[in-house]
Amino acid sequence: MLLSIKNLHASINGKEILRGINLEVNQGEVHAIMGPNGTGKSTLASVIAGRDVFEVTQGEITYKGKNLFKLPIEDRAREGIFIGFQYPVEIPGVSMTNFIRTAVNELRKYKGLDPISAVEFLKMMEENKRLVEIQSNLTNRSVNEGFSGGEKKKNEIFQMAMLEPTLAILDETDSGLDIDALRIVANGVNKLRTKENAFVIITHYQRLLDYIVPDFVHVLFEGRIVKTGRKELAFELEEKGYDWIKKEFE
Amino acid sequence: MESDSNKIIDSFTRGDYKFGFITDIETDMAPKGLNEDIIRFISAKKNEPDFLLEFRLKAYRHWLTMKMPTWANLKIPPIDFQNIIYFAAPKKKKQLAGLNEVDPELLNTFNKLGISLEEQKKLSGVAVDAVMDSISVKTTFSDTLSKLGIIFCSFSEAVQKHPDLVRQYMGSVVPYTDNFFATLNSAVFTDGSFCFIPKGIRCPVELSTYFRINAANTGQFERTLIVAEEDAYVSYMEGCTAPQRDENQLHAAIVEIVALKNAQVKYSTVQNWYPGNKKGEGGIFNFVTKRGICKGSNSKISWTQVETGSAITWKYPSCILMGDNSVGEFYSVAVTNNMQQADTGTKMQHLGKNTKSTIISKGISAGHGNNSYRGLVRIAKNAVNSRNYSQCDSLLLGDKCGAHTFPYMQVENKSSIVEHEATTSKISDDQLFYCQQRGIDMENAIGLIVNGFSKEVLKQLPMEFAVEAQKLLSISLEGSVG
Repeated sequence: MLLSIKNLHASINGKEILRGINLEVNQGEVHAIMGPNGTGKSTLASVIAGRDVFEVTQGEITYKGKNLFKLPIEDRAREGIFIGFQYPVEIPGVSMTNFIRTAVNELRKYKGLDPISAVEFLKMMEENKRLVEIQSNLTNRSVNEGFSGGEKKKNEIFQMAMLEPTLAILDETDSGLDIDALRIVANGVNKLRTKENAFVIITHYQRLLDYIVPDFVHVLFEGRIVKTGRKELAFELEEKGYDWIKKEFE
Repeated sequence: MESDSNKIIDSFTRGDYKFGFITDIETDMAPKGLNEDIIRFISAKKNEPDFLLEFRLKAYRHWLTMKMPTWANLKIPPIDFQNIIYFAAPKKKKQLAGLNEVDPELLNTFNKLGISLEEQKKLSGVAVDAVMDSISVKTTFSDTLSKLGIIFCSFSEAVQKHPDLVRQYMGSVVPYTDNFFATLNSAVFTDGSFCFIPKGIRCPVELSTYFRINAANTGQFERTLIVAEEDAYVSYMEGCTAPQRDENQLHAAIVEIVALKNAQVKYSTVQNWYPGNKKGEGGIFNFVTKRGICKGSNSKISWTQVETGSAITWKYPSCILMGDNSVGEFYSVAVTNNMQQADTGTKMQHLGKNTKSTIISKGISAGHGNNSYRGLVRIAKNAVNSRNYSQCDSLLLGDKCGAHTFPYMQVENKSSIVEHEATTSKISDDQLFYCQQRGIDMENAIGLIVNGFSKEVLKQLPMEFAVEAQKLLSISLEGSVG
């Protein structure tokens, strides 16, 4: 078991967002989490990442057999948890190259490895830029600064490819993408899928799942996972809309 | 280079000032206080010619008529000028010919600071004129330099060996009447550096001086004079650290630069004096007058400073652009953390035709730090077709610090163009979280963001200084967030 979430409750400013999440993710699996807006999808990603604005009031998360709550944010990342953000933040003045090299070396240091050699790093950069069809000058620019919406999302996938996570959580990576960008992002994910890693794909729409075929689909509603099924569940949702869920569970 | 700097940052533990140690060297001190006798004592100790004693006394008498300036955006506690020792020199046994003759205690101090003269000499190709308290201890490379006719020595030595040059240029850029602190310095300065690059010579090495304040309660009054004759070039670096102590220390230095026709002078500073503890106790008061004159046409003076230390910084490296087509530049990063205060900037005085100036100022405030940029751009009536570009950016860490910008512009003709841009930004929780989610911890994330913010200035520094400056920026902001 890679990730095990049991009865997770979390709130922000005293308002409960997650109300008893249960989820198990094994290596080699792709999970999709779907649901209407404002049901706690992004909160779940943030709590797994360790963002401290959310208060965990109940439950537990075990990752690689460890109590995740005992690890600081950066150690969770170093243990292989990657979040592809819905709204990647801009960091002016810090070049993408410098940023990602620092991150790669932090991960290596955690594993007891020496910093990556310049040659190896450049090679890795080139390969992964090709993977997400990223413009070469993008990596010389400041982190996300002035990037278009599509470029930001591609950049998240690029970073994921560079950091080779064990558990990648993509938070609405598809939102705001045109069909070409969507294909590129999905293609990147598919190429990075292995037996060792796992993906949790948070999405509002079914269309990303045309490209990334999930093993499991979960429906998140009002802070709980109310339905779990195979990929067919996504089609059903698309067809019937979220009102179907709302009616059933409200 | 960035990864190197990260490694070095890691090797520093957080918290206290790293260079807090006091060397135990018997000093030859003047009694506390200031009067004409003390000035005569200093002058006699240094075996100075009459013109210099006269200069000092004139300055002292003028100083008595002056009041401490209050216009800066600084809270300066009252300074008792009679409670300061104006002269302290390490006891010198004899003239030194080599490193083996230098006091081992002193060498040890340099080693702790990471400026082993020997290593500097062998590895970096940097000529070092190390100033310990008030007397220069060792000058390297002077033989090589002297073959080119370059003079690089302590100010005292220049007074003895080149009195005519000193007499000609000293006070020609910063007159003894200039301002309260410069006038005080003119009365009581003890030592400093002197640099003369003759006509047509390009100085082949970066000239470097490490200043160090050492004896408790000793004011430090350095005086530096750099003269570049026609078609000459020099890059000069100044850097400093100081031992930890409880009482505030006054520092009032003067740097004068003269650039003749087609000459270029690049002056770089990394200032890392003891900033005081987190409550604001102790720390250096740093009141510095730095000014250069582009006297000849097509000359250029470039100031680059990284200011991370001192409790109070009051400093405006300036350029008088007298020669036609002359160029002045000012690149600055100033960090204020904890209770530090800085009021720093520049003055660009455009007098000649087609003169150009560039000002890039980056202020970083953290803790309760207060950081002000103050700059004057004046374009005189005859300075036709002149240009200035100013950019002042402020970065805030936390919500208890302050950033201020006071730009002054006086444009007296219609053919000149002056541009000013200013921004203020804050390191956001979102940015830090993003970095942390990529495995970069908070201290490193701040280092990354701050170095990114300061990039335009840091790239102006000579290579060997740039690495040190990156370290310093990160170290001086340790523990400022979270």
